[in-house]
Amino acid sequence: MRNLFSQQMAGGLGVDRGGFQLLIAVIVALLFIATVKAEDATPAPTPPAANMGQRVTDLEQYFQNASVGGPTGTTWTSKIAGVPGPGHNAWLMISSALVLFMTLPGLALFYGGLVRQKNILSVMAQCLGMAGLVTIIWWACGYSLAFGSSFTPDRTKPSLLGAILGGTEYFFLNGVGGAPNTDYSYWVSQNIFSMFQLMFAIITPALIVGAIAERMKFSAVLLFSALWMFIVYLPMAHMVWGVTGLMNGVWNATASIKAIDFAGGTVVHMSSGWSALILCMMLGKRLGFGKEHMAPHSMVLCMVGTGMLWVGWYGFNAGSALAADGIAANAFVTTTLAAAVASFVWAMLEYAIRKKPSVLGFCSGAVAGLVVITPSCGFVTPNAAVIIGIFAGIVPFIFVMKLKGIFGYDDALDTFGVHAVGGTLGAILTGFFATADVNANLKTNLAALVGKTLWLEQLKAVALTLALSIIGTIVIASIVKVVIGLRPSEEVETEGLDLGEHGEEGYILDHRV
Amino acid sequence: MKKIEAIIKPFKLEEVKDALADLGIEGMTVSEVKGFGRQKGHTEIYRGSEYTVDFLPKIKIEVVLPDDLVVKATTAITKAARTGKIGDGKVFVSPVDEAIRIRTEETGENAV
Repeated sequence: MRNLFSQQMAGGLGVDRGGFQLLIAVIVALLFIATVKAEDATPAPTPPAANMGQRVTDLEQYFQNASVGGPTGTTWTSKIAGVPGPGHNAWLMISSALVLFMTLPGLALFYGGLVRQKNILSVMAQCLGMAGLVTIIWWACGYSLAFGSSFTPDRTKPSLLGAILGGTEYFFLNGVGGAPNTDYSYWVSQNIFSMFQLMFAIITPALIVGAIAERMKFSAVLLFSALWMFIVYLPMAHMVWGVTGLMNGVWNATASIKAIDFAGGTVVHMSSGWSALILCMMLGKRLGFGKEHMAPHSMVLCMVGTGMLWVGWYGFNAGSALAADGIAANAFVTTTLAAAVASFVWAMLEYAIRKKPSVLGFCSGAVAGLVVITPSCGFVTPNAAVIIGIFAGIVPFIFVMKLKGIFGYDDALDTFGVHAVGGTLGAILTGFFATADVNANLKTNLAALVGKTLWLEQLKAVALTLALSIIGTIVIASIVKVVIGLRPSEEVETEGLDLGEHGEEGYILDHRV
Repeated sequence: MKKIEAIIKPFKLEEVKDALADLGIEGMTVSEVKGFGRQKGHTEIYRGSEYTVDFLPKIKIEVVLPDDLVVKATTAITKAARTGKIGDGKVFVSPVDEAIRIRTEETGENAV
């Protein structure tokens, strides 16, 4: 265990160093972007045009979501090389829209309904703010730093920087067009892949909003989120999903931690959930916490938002196959089973303990089930998903109902209890339930681990995610606190952030008075 | 002239209104109010947080009547609004010095 721990610490420190290198890289790129051009590779001899049999093979490869042009991709010249596949591309465009729908308006309504009436617009403004801010970062450098690879010029010689961040070649989405980036998908346009990943980058900081709701300045939320993207999210996204990533066990043969995360249990839910816990503790409790009435102002909006989250999650999970293939279909099924089971289990626990199953219980259980199945949805069988759903209905329930009260922190809308606890649980369960019977890609680099000690790799990934999220958040929140302060004035907080920060009211139902 | 203020359970409003209409009473003012008496409030639980709701929603009916109608009206209200359970509400009667109909400037009992 001691060796394991020191390895993780080394990884965590390396990430901080990577953050500074990243800042320098951004400045350099901004100065020289106009002059930087991809070097022309020495032209290789063009292989002969495909004959009829080879053209049929290319089409079969499309159906199997595999590469064209022969086993090495260079045996013959394929007419459909560099062309996106219509079916896969269509599914990813729909999935991208579905994932955005999770934030706008799914999460905005889910969270908005749970706050007091005077703060609903502040939650909505924060969700909208993320959509704008993160998109700009993503366009300028975020996509490249997460999914580029220029920091690893030679794939056989991994570097620490290249394992933590991608590269600079796609700054300003330079060269990100309709042709697929075969590092990630054979048949999906790279520009759509970048938009799909953008939607994940938008919802992740928006999830943090739940823990700090009703008491953080809008300017502080924006500054925190911008810094958090660079220090926590982009390194996490690259390490777990980047082709040269430190924790990309499925695709990176040289990954130090051979972990798996299908749709973002660590990248999205653990990172946001644990950061949310730290931020809400540094921020302090809401004024009047424990004394004043802070019940949700509209369970109706909360339920509507939950339904949108659930629907949008099909894009999130099944879309993460990056193809409309059998793995995506399996993820669709496991997502449904886990969400439905967890929702039902949570509410039935309430029924048993308090005699009243609540709508908030059904909603909380559904979201918990969706969170917990996220890292494993494309790796586990439907039966495993039911078991995972049962865990998801019980473990976050205990945290939210009992332990939160004992510890006394003010995680206003339970981002920690649902997303951090659920994400961590899901990452660990993935290690036990993943099977190559469902996803043959697990045989590529992980044949020796799956079904055996994969859970140990998952624990390492959990530890590194925890370290990065916690340390990163402490540093960023301290900076924001010193530079512009975290909380609004007591007057603004009491009056409500809607009027004080945004100059609007959520509900003006009668204009006559 | 007397003013009757009746605080009743919201779902009894229709019955009380009909009972008063049967007495020939032609107008009333109704408002949604909150309060508590012996019934006290209830608790609501949202995940791990429990809130006591002290003030319960009630309906307040205000009606101003000539003296000879007051007893009939209070009897009709109590009969119509009663469920027999705690929280049925209360009826208050108080004197009214003057009443004026704005349109015609009629005063006193002619105005109510």
